[in-house]
Amino acid sequence: MAGREITYREAVNEALRQEMRRDPNVILMGEDVAGGPGRPPELQDAWGGVMGVTKGLLNEFGPERVLDTPISESAFVGAAIGAAATGLRPVAELMFIGFIGVCLDQVFNQAAKLRYMFGGKARVPLTIRTMIGGGLRAAAQHSTVDYSIVTHFPGLKCVAPSTPYDAKGLLVAAIRDDDPVIFCEHKHIYNLKGHVPEENYVVPLGKADIKREGRDVTVVAFSRMVHTALEAAEELSKDRISVEVVDPRSLSPLDEETILASVRKTHRLVAVDEDNPRCSMAADILALVASRAFDYLDAPPQMVTAPHTPVPFSPPLEDFYLPSPQRVVEAIHGTLD
Amino acid sequence: MEIGHEKLLWIYERMLMIREFEDQVRELFATGKLPGFVHLYAGEEAVAVGACANLRDDDFITSTHRGHGHCIAKGVGIRGMMAELYGKSTGVCKGKAGSMHIADVDKGMLGANGIVGGGLPLACGPALMAKVKKTGQAVVCFFGDGASNQGSFHEALNLAAIWKLPVLFLCENNLYAESTPVEYSTSIKNIADRASSYGIPGIITDGMDVFAVYEATHEALTRARADHGPTLIEAKTYRYYGHFEGDALKYRTKEEEGTFHDRDPIAIFKHRVLEEKLLSIAELEAIEKDTSAIIEAAVRFAEESPYPKPEECLTDVYVSY
Repeated sequence: MAGREITYREAVNEALRQEMRRDPNVILMGEDVAGGPGRPPELQDAWGGVMGVTKGLLNEFGPERVLDTPISESAFVGAAIGAAATGLRPVAELMFIGFIGVCLDQVFNQAAKLRYMFGGKARVPLTIRTMIGGGLRAAAQHSTVDYSIVTHFPGLKCVAPSTPYDAKGLLVAAIRDDDPVIFCEHKHIYNLKGHVPEENYVVPLGKADIKREGRDVTVVAFSRMVHTALEAAEELSKDRISVEVVDPRSLSPLDEETILASVRKTHRLVAVDEDNPRCSMAADILALVASRAFDYLDAPPQMVTAPHTPVPFSPPLEDFYLPSPQRVVEAIHGTLD
Repeated sequence: MEIGHEKLLWIYERMLMIREFEDQVRELFATGKLPGFVHLYAGEEAVAVGACANLRDDDFITSTHRGHGHCIAKGVGIRGMMAELYGKSTGVCKGKAGSMHIADVDKGMLGANGIVGGGLPLACGPALMAKVKKTGQAVVCFFGDGASNQGSFHEALNLAAIWKLPVLFLCENNLYAESTPVEYSTSIKNIADRASSYGIPGIITDGMDVFAVYEATHEALTRARADHGPTLIEAKTYRYYGHFEGDALKYRTKEEEGTFHDRDPIAIFKHRVLEEKLLSIAELEAIEKDTSAIIEAAVRFAEESPYPKPEECLTDVYVSY
């Protein structure tokens, strides 16, 4: 396929459009996913999502399949769960992952547990799309990644694509998946362009991707941090240090074997995660490698994360908060000395 | 409102089944046969049965932690229910739920819920599905006086109102949320009055009278199926036993309990159908005999059933992983 390049935002939109065309049970719901509901047609689809991700879908699929909601996460996420359990395949948008606080019961006590509690009789083929990440100076409540919380709960799945290609394929997979999937879109890379095939395709859940092959150190990075790690890798290649960047893409289920195989090859590990360190994905990866590939490690594994603080507003403070390519370079050097 | 002969038999049979099931569970629990906790529905039979008498097999209900009555009214199998309370592998949820999460999705019973107010948002789901797919199905969302103060109640009513979802929000006001009286916890006297905040009809009905519940819910479900949106019904009722078995009930008086026992829903029904010659003594006695037999058989079934194998802990988390 010749290199058609579209943005991460357009890739998400295309995945939704193609799946909604393919399956009439797929419906979209969330705050401002269209915008201007109930107004005359020329005022509708006013936003298409706060970052314009879902623009145009109302015009193609109509208000019965693209539903603007009131600001009632408990109600509409709960409704999406109940609708999923009874025959629809809803895609609910949780505008910012920090908003999970107001609907956490529905997510972790209901969606995650219905199938198990009901002895396997229930199925919850729900997708929750949500925005994660910092870098846009959106401050403490709108800049978190928080994916470790949903990864933690049995019964939920969680994916965090880093490229337009992965975004489209993983969203298609998430929508087709019969379990509840939290789909994490990093707001800082909505404008990132990349090659995306026009046809329908799937990136399977539970399959990591080696974004850059290398021999000297394994860097496992999540979402936008994949690009931070790739920058660090490019920098270090000038010193003939060969960095392998592993993008798990799927946090739950996690492709443990690809990560372990990489460490068996390189003997060094750095995990790069925009999250706070305690109970983070980075800590999870280190525990995995330390317990299952200890003998292969030539140096203690390292974590590059945000500090144990909320996300600050002021640019120099947020820039201090977020892992930078320079910090990744330093951590990699730390495994080599 | 007239209720047909077959339906009247069904109503008596279901109310009696609930009462006998709950009394049997109470006895079993007291002898230590049932693990965990149980929350008994005895006294409230008219609410579940009056409402579910208006439901089709393919309609849905959501429930509370006090879910046995809702299960039985919706037609969930008695043997599977009893085995579930024992935690046996033959339970309707394979022993994974117990009393607090007991469910049968095939029967449209979307689960007892351990989270007060947890079922209100969920109930909007099948209602939304019914609207999108134009199936004519409806949902009854059971919840209590306690749940009417939970945020999810307010969100769900508003959402159902703006989307005109075919859901009946049925509040079982049994005057207590655990040990907390409703007149303390709730800012208004009648929970039905909260309906006006959401622009939907709010109806109060006598939850000890199955005829009254039947009529009120019939009207609300007709509205719902005609795309006129949700209704809030408050059924004034009473639970005979504690919040959970083991509750010493120190917060209620024997006098108050007596006034509700004097209005026992099964006795009220029996009296009326005999007086108005709607059912005969023979018909009622036949039902009484059958019901006892079914409960006894269910206990035997549960006791003779095996526990699940320990490794069963690991199954049914996902469809695929």
